[in-house]
Amino acid sequence: MAARRCLGLWFFLITLCVVSTGADVLHTTPVSGAESSAAGAETVVARGLPGAPRDPGERTAAEPTREEAQTVRTGEEEQTPAQPTREEEEEGQEQTREEEEELTREEEELTREEEEELTREEEELTREEEELTREEEELTREEEEQTPAQQEEQTRRWEATEWAEEQVHDAADPPSPPASKDDFREELVIRPLHSGDIYASFQFRTVWDADFMGDRKVSHYRLFPKSLGQVITKFSVRELHISFTQGYWRTVQWGQPFLPSPPGAELWVWFQDTVTDVDGTWKELTNVLSGIFCASLNFIDSTNTVQPSASFKPLGIGNVTDHSFLRYATLPREIVCTENLTPWKKLLPCGSKAGLSVLLKSEKLFHSTFHSQAVHVRPVCQDPQCRTTSMELRQTLNVVFDLHTSGQGKREWSLFKMFSRTLTEACPLASSSKVYVDVTDNPQGEQFELTPATPLLTQAVVLGDRRTYSVYDLTQQASFGSSRSLNMLLRWKATDGEMLRPLLHSERYVAGYGLQAGEIHTLIYNHHPYRAFPVLLLSTVPWYLRLYIHTLTVSSKGKDNRPSYIHYQPSKDRERPHLLEMLLQLPPNSVTEVTVEFDRALLKWTEYTPDPNHGFYVGSSVISALVPSVVAMDTNSTLDRPLFSSFFPCKEEASYFMRVYTEPLLVNLPTPDFSMPYNVICLTCTVVAVGYGSLYNLLTRTFQVDEPSPGLAKRIANVIRRFRGVPPL
Amino acid sequence: MAAPLTLLLIVAVTIRAALFRTSLANLISERVEVVSPLNAWKRVVEGLALLDLDISPYSGDVFHETPMVIYLFHFLMDYAEITFMLADCLTAVALYLAVKDYNKQVFRKQKFALEADRIPMDCLELIRSPTEMYYIPLKVAMFYLLNPFTIVSCVAKCTCGLNNAVIALFILSTMRGSALLSAIFLALATYQSIYPLTLCVPALLYLLQRLYIPVNVRRSSFWFYTLQYLFMFLGSLLVLICLSFFLLGSWDFLPAVYGFILSVPDLTPNIGLFWYFFAEMFDHFRLFFLCVFQINVFFYTLPLSIKLKEHPVFLIFMQIALIAIFKSYPTVGDLSLYMAFLPVWNHLYRFLRNIFLVSCVLLACSALFPVLWHLWIYAGSANSNFYYAITLLFSVAQILLVSDYFYAFLRREHHLTNGLYLKKKDGSEATLVLK
Repeated sequence: MAARRCLGLWFFLITLCVVSTGADVLHTTPVSGAESSAAGAETVVARGLPGAPRDPGERTAAEPTREEAQTVRTGEEEQTPAQPTREEEEEGQEQTREEEEELTREEEELTREEEEELTREEEELTREEEELTREEEELTREEEEQTPAQQEEQTRRWEATEWAEEQVHDAADPPSPPASKDDFREELVIRPLHSGDIYASFQFRTVWDADFMGDRKVSHYRLFPKSLGQVITKFSVRELHISFTQGYWRTVQWGQPFLPSPPGAELWVWFQDTVTDVDGTWKELTNVLSGIFCASLNFIDSTNTVQPSASFKPLGIGNVTDHSFLRYATLPREIVCTENLTPWKKLLPCGSKAGLSVLLKSEKLFHSTFHSQAVHVRPVCQDPQCRTTSMELRQTLNVVFDLHTSGQGKREWSLFKMFSRTLTEACPLASSSKVYVDVTDNPQGEQFELTPATPLLTQAVVLGDRRTYSVYDLTQQASFGSSRSLNMLLRWKATDGEMLRPLLHSERYVAGYGLQAGEIHTLIYNHHPYRAFPVLLLSTVPWYLRLYIHTLTVSSKGKDNRPSYIHYQPSKDRERPHLLEMLLQLPPNSVTEVTVEFDRALLKWTEYTPDPNHGFYVGSSVISALVPSVVAMDTNSTLDRPLFSSFFPCKEEASYFMRVYTEPLLVNLPTPDFSMPYNVICLTCTVVAVGYGSLYNLLTRTFQVDEPSPGLAKRIANVIRRFRGVPPL
Repeated sequence: MAAPLTLLLIVAVTIRAALFRTSLANLISERVEVVSPLNAWKRVVEGLALLDLDISPYSGDVFHETPMVIYLFHFLMDYAEITFMLADCLTAVALYLAVKDYNKQVFRKQKFALEADRIPMDCLELIRSPTEMYYIPLKVAMFYLLNPFTIVSCVAKCTCGLNNAVIALFILSTMRGSALLSAIFLALATYQSIYPLTLCVPALLYLLQRLYIPVNVRRSSFWFYTLQYLFMFLGSLLVLICLSFFLLGSWDFLPAVYGFILSVPDLTPNIGLFWYFFAEMFDHFRLFFLCVFQINVFFYTLPLSIKLKEHPVFLIFMQIALIAIFKSYPTVGDLSLYMAFLPVWNHLYRFLRNIFLVSCVLLACSALFPVLWHLWIYAGSANSNFYYAITLLFSVAQILLVSDYFYAFLRREHHLTNGLYLKKKDGSEATLVLK
């Protein structure tokens, strides 16, 4: 029984790991750095900025290396016009290739499933799955390219995804050695939310084909920020994920973010297995990062660091299972502000001088309901065979502007209104620079109006949902129009829209009253109408809330729902927090309630924060899940697909990886009187002295008959008499 | 005598069983005065739950019981209520028998003294009569079983009831003169909570006295017997600790149990002196005061044994009381053990100076504990100082109670040698003072 449960968990973890590697982010930015970098030179050429306005004054600030890159690019400009024609030629070939590959893929999938059941050899399997996922990605992308052909809209042109172009080009020519080893892409996704708010998500990705893991020292930096590169080398970091968030992401109102993050600061790092003293390295690393990002990451110590056993798997390549190299910490109290944004912007190749990053003005960004900035560093494959690895740095910034505070109550958004800036150029160092606007709910323009209209459209499966995006390619001069600046305007026509309810979301709160004990309730909602799915729940609770694991109850639909896997690490006072990880099966259309009781500890008076009655924060719980996708929810979606391809749902559409963070908790603890240390010490010592004194008296003295002492006058008289030599009275 | 005792046991068990069935049981088991982090039932259950999850109960900071307790309740989990009721009854019966023995012995000694004319003539009213001594054992059992402190402690399933049973058995076996059993039970009590270590000296004194071996460092028989007793005690302690090691396969329990008792990391409020003192202590003085406060418990053993070397049973009472007052995580269950001995000393009543005041303070404090706790923790209208003040007062009252009994005991002894009505040189009535 236990063995089967173990196997089940193992399988779940593998899939979780694979899918999180493959399908966690926007589909148009594949996980492998190879696609863009293998044909790096061509891409750069194609995306060159032939007519972009170049202000020499702005360039002078750039580093000499960037100047060089500039010249390389302008020298190769003449190849640009070749691009679109080639793409059209290849379309016919792709049609057949797609079908072939789809068949082989299904075969492979079947064999894979058999293998899983029979052998379950983890490493091979994971590798195979990764390859599969990658192949599936290719396929969907090709499909995306095909579907528009069937549409009637002649005015809109579907964007040929960059990856496909390169693939085609690679097939035609033998790959030439790349001219530059690093590649930078930037993206802004704007998603209008039905509440009238607007969600803007920036992603900046630098991929560098440098081997940080090897012995060779990396010393020449171009696009990759040197400060971060040195940190990664020095501390032998395999993966680093850090996020700073102000505000709480309202999943129910806003849907899923592209990259979820908990309120406050979150840091998780996978170290390489060459690190011997992981805790020491982690301590140093947090201090260094604290300096780099001007944040209080130095408050991360053993009391808020945990080693999750299942929830945080590496997102890059590598099949690490030994979680002793993983460290995870959150600082829910951390306030994020300008001083964190500035160092974050400095990591970008263009700084805040050009490209999308000109929009990042702190006075607007922080005047928002939700703001989150993150840095993710991970190793990715350099080529499809994954012979060598590259380092990927992904910087993301998510912001939600509120309808009422930022939008003055008008359902009308423009870049200028959001950021008080407009776009005038792409970052010259970027190989791709695009703005996406989510127009899925607006196919006929009945919800909102988008100006200037763009002829380019793209589709991507994001978080299990097929979304359509209008694309503004900033490397194309046409995007900027005659005004030489892009300030897209989004004006709502309808005031009410129905948003698809997120399939998975959660709530958490503290129950009970008084300062002695309490109960943490976590509610996890599964809104899927007919499918149950497993989730991993990770809670980290500080030591001063003493959890009682025997009071843990999990119930869904009024019935007891035993977690199939529990990893619990009890706390040690002033040393380490509680760590509770559970694998739960959420029944369809249900609420699962997890409760656990705790006692509140009285701390030493120096251990309280300066505002003790504000309360103590408990970091967000993390729910990691493979959620059945919205696309797969429609079991009759065989309209535009061949029948033989659609019986088994293909993996990426069947489920997708999702991480949900619950609310952080604010818990009050009993407090001593901070003004009393001297009084308390004095009074308690007095009581001890009373005990000591009375016992001492009884122990050392003996009972004697009381002879009353002579009066004062008599004593003085006696003294005088002694002087006189007369016997005393 | 057996019939009233049986009746008493039935009454006591009925009260407890009735309370277990009410909602009060839950309320009581959360009270900080009744349970401490060291012996709370909730934590025992937690330890067993951790064991079920294949986690060492000592890897966290919730469970601080000894491995024996885990294994005891591993089998008795479903019979916990009965176990605690039985433990209380066992304590009462053991105390009953022990006091009965002790009284016999006191009476015999008194008879010898009378026959030898060692007692002054005016002290005849201090002589204890068999009729007044007859009901003392029953009173002791009653004081233990019907003491509200014992009852709440039992209803909260506080494991200090078990410790009390072990100590009571230790006293009984010492009274019966069984050195081996006495050493084993003492080792068990020490194993459970270090502090009973100090009871080693009175037990040794009693056993020596019983065998008419004078306490004389130049006598080899004294050394022989002392070493023999210490060997039995330390040997059984070693066996217990090694057994615990083999039960769990690790030494984790040593820091988790004894380190926890000695270094006081958990500052949950209780009726003792430690919690608020160390919550408010400056960090660089912490170790110093920790040593001072812990030594305080063991410190009185030597002077008290010298002073009371003729009266080891009273020494046992003093030690148990001092442990209950000065230990790091005291609960009301500890109080109830030494309070059970008070009927043994009711012949000292005439010499007690402030028994009325002390009993009033103890009663008032017991009532005020829940009130001020509520005001601090739930209502928020008082702060920690209020509760702290009550714990201080409670401790002072206990100290006064113990020192008062000590005073009365010494005074009676003084009168027994020097006469009850002392005269000054000039023939007028004298007052007795300590000098």
